[in-house]
Amino acid sequence: MALLEITNLTVEFATAHGSLRAVDRVSLSLDAGDIVAIVGESGSGKSVAMLALMGLLPWTATITADRMSFDGKDLLTMNPKQRRAIIGKDISMIFQEPMTSLNPCFNVEYQISEVLAQHFGGKRRSYKPRVIELLKKVGIPAPETRLKAYPHQLSGGMSQRVMIAMMIACEPKLLIADEPTTALDVTIQAQILELLVELQKANGMALVLITHDMAVVAETADRVVVQYAGQQVEQRSVIELFNNPRHPYTEALLSALPEYAKEKTLNAIPGVVPGQLDRPVGCLFNPRCEYAQDLCRQQPPQKSEGVLCHYPLPLKAGSNSHTEVIL
Amino acid sequence: MSPQALIEARGLHKYYTIKTGMFEPNQSLQALSGASFDLYAGQTLAVVGESGCGKSTLARLLTMIEQPTAGQLSLDGIDLGSANQKEVAKKLRQTIQMVFQDPFGSLNPRQKVGDILQEPLIINTDLNASQRRDRVLELMRRVGLLDEHIHRYPHMFSGGQRQRIAIARALILKPKIVVLDEPVSALDVSIQAQVLNLLIELQQDLGLAYVFISHDLSVVRHIADQVLVMYLGKPVEQGMSEAVFSNPQHPYTQALLSATPQANTDRKRKRIRLTGELPSPLNPPTGCSFHPRCQNAVAQCKTTAPVMAQYEDVSVACLLVN
Ligand SMILES: Nc1ncnc2c1ncn2[C@@H]1O[C@H](COP(=O)(O)OP(=O)(O)OP(=O)(O)O)[C@@H](O)[C@H]1O
Ligand SMILES: Nc1ncnc2c1ncn2[C@@H]1O[C@H](COP(=O)(O)OP(=O)(O)OP(=O)(O)O)[C@@H](O)[C@H]1O
Ligand code: SF4
Ligand SMILES: [Mg+2]
Ligand SMILES: [Mg+2]
Repeated sequence: MALLEITNLTVEFATAHGSLRAVDRVSLSLDAGDIVAIVGESGSGKSVAMLALMGLLPWTATITADRMSFDGKDLLTMNPKQRRAIIGKDISMIFQEPMTSLNPCFNVEYQISEVLAQHFGGKRRSYKPRVIELLKKVGIPAPETRLKAYPHQLSGGMSQRVMIAMMIACEPKLLIADEPTTALDVTIQAQILELLVELQKANGMALVLITHDMAVVAETADRVVVQYAGQQVEQRSVIELFNNPRHPYTEALLSALPEYAKEKTLNAIPGVVPGQLDRPVGCLFNPRCEYAQDLCRQQPPQKSEGVLCHYPLPLKAGSNSHTEVIL
Repeated sequence: MSPQALIEARGLHKYYTIKTGMFEPNQSLQALSGASFDLYAGQTLAVVGESGCGKSTLARLLTMIEQPTAGQLSLDGIDLGSANQKEVAKKLRQTIQMVFQDPFGSLNPRQKVGDILQEPLIINTDLNASQRRDRVLELMRRVGLLDEHIHRYPHMFSGGQRQRIAIARALILKPKIVVLDEPVSALDVSIQAQVLNLLIELQQDLGLAYVFISHDLSVVRHIADQVLVMYLGKPVEQGMSEAVFSNPQHPYTQALLSATPQANTDRKRKRIRLTGELPSPLNPPTGCSFHPRCQNAVAQCKTTAPVMAQYEDVSVACLLVN
C-alpha cells in the first residue's frame, strides 16, 4: 500500500471571471522513502495541488478527487479533527516564503517547542533539549545561542533551516517542500537540498519537492512529475525523463536550458502559458507545440504510457531496460 | 590601434556609512572594494557571487546612480572624475542604461507602455510627437511586442513581456552600454530563453556592451565573454568566461561552480562543501575574507589579505594560487 495515493485531484477557484481550474486531474502515488519532484512553470498548479492535500486552500476552492488517502486513511471522508491530527504531524509542508511561515513575533525556541507541545502534549519548556537537537540536525552552528533569536535576525538560509527544523520536529512521514531553496544562494541551496535528502534517507521520510529548476530535479529526485497549465503532462523516473522525454513540453523545457544549448541562440519555447481566459481548445500545449496536428487543436489528449499527448515522442531504443534497474 | 574600451574601471570602491545606534560610532560597510575591468563594444561582462557581494553596488556606480568612494571610472572615453560632474553625467546618461530584475517593480503601473517608452525621449531629446511615436514603435517591434500593446498598462503583460518592455525602455535612447541586474532571474525557463535570445540578438545587431549580473552560472556561462567573481565586495577571480568555467582557480569559484546543480543525471560529481554562511560585511574576517569557509585555508590566510594577480589565463586573489 502506498503512503500517499492521490487520483484525479481537481481544484477549481471561484473568481470574478468565472471558475478557474488551477489543478486538473492530477494523480500522485508515493511510497515511504520516495523523492518525487513536481516541476512546471509559474501558475501550473504545483503549490495549489499540494495545498489541497494539506487542506490549506481558501473556501473559494472546490476540491474533488477520486481518491486521496494517506497511510491507508481516506482524507476525503475524514472529519476536520482527524485531519488536523495528520496534517502538521505526519505530513508537513515547507512553504515558498520562509519568512511568511515563521511568526515574526516569537523566537526560534518558542516556535519549534510550540509545534512539539501541540502534537506530543506536555509543557513547551520541556522540549528545549529537543529543539537544540533539531537545530543541530539542520546544520545551525551553536544552536544554544540561536534559541532566543527572532526570524528577522536570521539570514535567508538560517530561517529556511529553522523552518525545516520546525517541519521535521514531529518526524513526518511525508514532507512537502515548496521551492525550499528558490530565494537562496547556490551554496546555501546545495546545503539545504543535501540536508533534505539526508533526512529522507535517515528517517525513510517521503519527500515531494516542488521546483521550477530542472537541474535541481536532476540532482535530487528519483521521480518527476511535469505540470503544464494545471495538468500532469508526463510522469516518470528522472533518468528516463531527462534521457528520453516523451511529452513535447518536457522536451522543449529541457532543450531551452542554457546548459543544453549547442549554439548561442537558445531553443526558446514560443508564446506563453495560457491564462484563464485564453485556454486553447484541444491540447492545452498545442499553440506552443512544434508537433501539433489538427487533432491536437480539436480534442484534448488522453494519458497514455504516462504521457498526456496525442503524439508522444518515440521511446528510444534501450532506455526502457535502463529504467527497470532504477525503479 | 586597439579600440577604445566603453567602460574602464580601475579600483572602484564603495563604502556605506551605517549608523549602529545613538551612542555607538558609525560603522563603515565596504560594499565594493577594488573592481577593475575593461569592457568593449559587443562584449558581455558577467558579475557573479552570493547575495550581498556587491553586484548591484557595482551596477549603481556604473550607471552613475551613486558615486564611487574611490577609484576611477571612464565611460565611452570620458572620465567621470573630471571637473564638470553634472555635465558629464548628463552626456553619459544616454550612453549607459540599466534593466532591473523585477520587471513589475521597475515599471510605473499607472503609465501606458507607450508613455513609459517615450518618457526618456521627452526628457533627453528634441524629437517631436510623431518622431517619438515612430521610435517607440520601432523598439516595441524590435523586442517582440505588438503595436497594439502601446496603449496597455504593465499589469496586462506577462513577466517575460514586462521584461521586454524594460529592455525596450533601456534601449530607447540608443545606449552603447546596458547594465542588466538579474534580468532573467524572475522568469520561467521557457521565457528566460526567449529573453536571453532577444538580448543576444540585440547585442549582435547593435554592438551593445553588457554588464550582466546574475547568480545563475549556467546562464552566465552561456552569455558571458568575461566573468568577474566577487566575494564580500572583493573580486576574487576574473578572466575570460571559458577560462574561468573550465579551469577555475579560486577556491570560492570552484565551490560556487560545484554547488550549481546541473541538469544531467550523472550524480557521481563530487561536491565541494561550503560550510557556514556569508560573514557579515560589517565585520569581515581578517586576512582573506573567504578563509572561514575555505577548505584549502592555511594559517597565513587568517592574517594576510591576498591581492588580485595574474595566474595562467585568469586573475586570482588567493594566497595559495599566487
Ligand atoms: N486563492 C486563489 N484564488 C484564485 N486563484 C488562485 C488562488 N491560488 C492560486 N490561484 C491560481 O491557481 C493557479 C495555480 O497556482 P499555483 O500557485 O499552484 O502555481 P505554481 O505552479 O505553484 O506557480 P509558482 O511556480 O509561481 O509558485 C494560478 O493561475 C493561480 O493564479
Ligand atoms: N545604501 C546602502 N547603505 C548601506 N549598505 C548598503 C547599501 N546598499 C547596499 N548595501 C550593502 O552593501 C553590500 C552589497 O550590496 P549589493 O546590493 O551590492 O549586493 P548584491 O551583490 O547585489 O546582492 P544581491 O544578490 O542580494 O542582489 C550588502 O552588504 C548590502 O547590505
Ligand atoms: S497533443 Fe499535440 S499539441 Fe499537445 S503536446 Fe502532444 S503533439 Fe503537442
Ligand atoms: Mg508555487
Ligand atoms: Mg543585487
